[in-house]
Amino acid sequence: MTELRPRRLTGSPLGWLIWGVVIFFFVNLAGVIVAVVVSSFGRRWFDTWLPQGWTADWYGRAWRDFTLGPVLVVTLEVAVLVVGISLLIGVPAAYALARASFPGRRLLLLLFLLPILMPPITYGIPLATVLYKYGFAGHLSGVVLANLVPSVPFVILTMTPFIEQIDPAIERAARMCGARTWQVFLRVLAPLSVPGILAAAILVLVRTVGMFELTFLTAGPDSQTLVVALYYSMSSAGIRAQQSVDAMAVIYTSMMLVLLVVALRFVNPTQLVARVGDEEK
Amino acid sequence: MSEPGFRELRLDGVGRSFGGREALAGLTLTIRKGEFIALLGPSGCGKSTALNCLAGLLPLTRGSIWRDDARLDTVPPERRGFGMVFQNYALFPHLTVRRNVAFGLQMRRVPRAETRRRVDEALRLVHLGEHAGKLPGQLSGGQQQRVAIARAVVLEPSLVLMDEPLSNLDAKLRLEMRTEIRRLHQTLGLTTVYVTHDQEEALSLADRLVVLREGRVEQIGTPEEVHGSPVSRHVADFMGYRNLLPLKAEPPAAGRVTVGGEGITMTGTPVGAIAAGDLVVAAARPEDLSIATEGVPATVEVVEYQGREVAVEARTEAGIALFLRGPTRPAPGDRIHVAVDPARLLVFPRDDP
Amino acid sequence: MTALRHRLADRGIDRHLLLLLPAAVFVVVLFIYPFFYGIGLSLQPAEGGPLGAYRRFFTDAYLRDTITTTLGLALPAALLNVLASVPIAYRMRGRYRGKRVLTTLLVLPITLGTVLTAQGLLNFLGPTGWFNRVLQSTGLTDAPVRLTNNYWGVFFSLVITGFPFAFLLVSSYLSGIDPALERAAATLGAGAVQRFRRVTLPLLAPGLATTFCLTFVLAFSVFPSAVLVGDPAGETRVISIAAYEAAYVQYDYVLASAIAVIMGVVELVVLGLVLGWRALLYTGSTAGGKG
Repeated sequence: MTELRPRRLTGSPLGWLIWGVVIFFFVNLAGVIVAVVVSSFGRRWFDTWLPQGWTADWYGRAWRDFTLGPVLVVTLEVAVLVVGISLLIGVPAAYALARASFPGRRLLLLLFLLPILMPPITYGIPLATVLYKYGFAGHLSGVVLANLVPSVPFVILTMTPFIEQIDPAIERAARMCGARTWQVFLRVLAPLSVPGILAAAILVLVRTVGMFELTFLTAGPDSQTLVVALYYSMSSAGIRAQQSVDAMAVIYTSMMLVLLVVALRFVNPTQLVARVGDEEK
Repeated sequence: MSEPGFRELRLDGVGRSFGGREALAGLTLTIRKGEFIALLGPSGCGKSTALNCLAGLLPLTRGSIWRDDARLDTVPPERRGFGMVFQNYALFPHLTVRRNVAFGLQMRRVPRAETRRRVDEALRLVHLGEHAGKLPGQLSGGQQQRVAIARAVVLEPSLVLMDEPLSNLDAKLRLEMRTEIRRLHQTLGLTTVYVTHDQEEALSLADRLVVLREGRVEQIGTPEEVHGSPVSRHVADFMGYRNLLPLKAEPPAAGRVTVGGEGITMTGTPVGAIAAGDLVVAAARPEDLSIATEGVPATVEVVEYQGREVAVEARTEAGIALFLRGPTRPAPGDRIHVAVDPARLLVFPRDDP
Repeated sequence: MTALRHRLADRGIDRHLLLLLPAAVFVVVLFIYPFFYGIGLSLQPAEGGPLGAYRRFFTDAYLRDTITTTLGLALPAALLNVLASVPIAYRMRGRYRGKRVLTTLLVLPITLGTVLTAQGLLNFLGPTGWFNRVLQSTGLTDAPVRLTNNYWGVFFSLVITGFPFAFLLVSSYLSGIDPALERAAATLGAGAVQRFRRVTLPLLAPGLATTFCLTFVLAFSVFPSAVLVGDPAGETRVISIAAYEAAYVQYDYVLASAIAVIMGVVELVVLGLVLGWRALLYTGSTAGGKG
């Protein structure tokens, strides 16, 4: 156990410089976050270091003014539906991609990579147009469909390497023991890929709750998620008090923070951003 | 509750290609009940492909498989009722040893009490009774191997397939498990198809050997036949005929042929049609060459002590290497004469593929 | 029947591929079809022939300049994020106490989302925010520095959301490089700088290219922060704002689709250049040997 000795992280002047930059980044980041939190609890805050007086009223006001209750319900509904459907569609596809080699496999991988690589706005606008044409947009169904577009490929790209590292001989062994396809899935593959499925589910959840553009383009008044409601409240600032927007932002961030802490218990932090890089090898 | 038995299993021109590349070309073979068959060949010869086709894990691209009069190659693997032991064991890492072995019985909906009894029996058979509650990751390689065998034989399958099951074990364990597998076959009488690249393993275990090369059958026969009378220089090469000398034939006479060239003259036994002037390959095992008072002159280059015997590499004037094995121990640089029993020097036509 | 099955088996096609069907149909219906629908729509303007919308985009400076504005934000931000990640991730390699906490802190901004970041930046960097207060009370400046509602506000927002992203990817690529390689280089007499430059960096370079691409994609689609902390009518009028306005303010779906297509093409060109450069690099195993 030689690793127990803490490695020297500092020492050279370059090392100090790097730590200086990191600390500067964190100090400012903390400033950004704390400024919002402080403001959300402040009575009045104008051209002083700290607000004059404290209050928690803004939270109640934000809750009422922005009808946060229904918004949170919508956010939850969208997130759960997107996670469930994208797993149902994505996991079998990931299995087939991991196991089979067939003509056009690379083309199919590219097809699944594109929705992740393109900025959401580029396909969001035509997608919203199509969804409006067929009457999906403006409702929950439209928001869910739009959010599935990057989520399904994301599940596929996260799960494919995961399934690849499960020895295919184990499935064959199950077959030779007399297991049917569904039994192989249920009794062998599912227990072995629970960590991967959990990771993919949480990642899709985090991304869906945070996804602004697609929801923004397809949501109607009754189908806004929290981010979109927050955006509207901010861009219409002046009508509402600044502090109540801050309060809403704090609610949003706390929610994301809880998700993050849960996520980090199950997944490698790198997975939070993408597994796309690994796919290209 | 054992699997439906069969009198014989017939492979009829079974072939498999991958995107046009032929991995197995037309294997025709009849496996009789209770037989132990070894598929033998160097890596890439198609032996694992053949096994996977037989298991149903790989769809055929040619031919058909029959169990007595019923067509088998269209039946999915889980319904063929075969057992299989995989090269890297393929134990379910999330199940205990007991539940690994019970898996197949559960798939067949065998009653709980009977499952328990049969699993216990199978584990006792492979001496793993006290490890039943462990996960595969907690076992040594040899123990994992025995779990894999128990998992396959507990079903009393009509056919057991083994894919190089000993190749991941160290030398000592490999010998022990080899005896164990032979003992199991004798006790249970299970029809077995065994894939290996180790000729010694194949010779010691099997009733019949199928030697494959580049997807084609080179020879099918008993261990004695394949070992003593290989039908081609490739089989000879694989069976330990380390001396393969490219020479030229003189007119054959009375079941003997004299071959020569490059300053060598030897007399051997022709295998196949050989005429005077043909280019041939003369094959002999190291233990069939001996140091004598007359014969092919050569200079000793390398001497390896191998227990009771000594392996010698010598080189003729023309630069051809000869491999010998015997009790005498020359020193490097010694000039010797090498002789061979004509019955043990096999002469093959050189132009065979 | 048998012959057909034999032929399909030869190509590796069997019924398992049916599992791919739902996902493929899904992507085709909800991604490819709308995309081509958008392209089709962009080619049917009310006037000016099939390329009218594109001509309008490139002749109208107010629209055309959004490309340079977007690239002017996204390229430097992505570059900074990747370049800053390398030394920090390099320093943080290996195992030591508190690494998980440190990593979690660095990951934190991902959860902030663009909207909270924007709100925080307005509060913190604004004329009466803490940052300017510190600068003024320490006497570094007399008047508040303007850091929001302009280029810099958006740039900072892109760094805050993009840096953790780049950092995580770079660290994962770094952790994939066998440390034994650097030790081997050390036994051959290479100093710390040479070890980094001659061994680690070349092995890391393809990963850096991929990281740059992904960070760039993130920065290129900047939208909410450009509106909220930027100057959406002026110096941070990025291309996604133009697309959004065309679609939802002017209800000109033809122009909006054309802008979306242009946006996709510009992005793919940048990605193509970077990935083309990446293809020239060594991209094999980064392990030191077998296993």
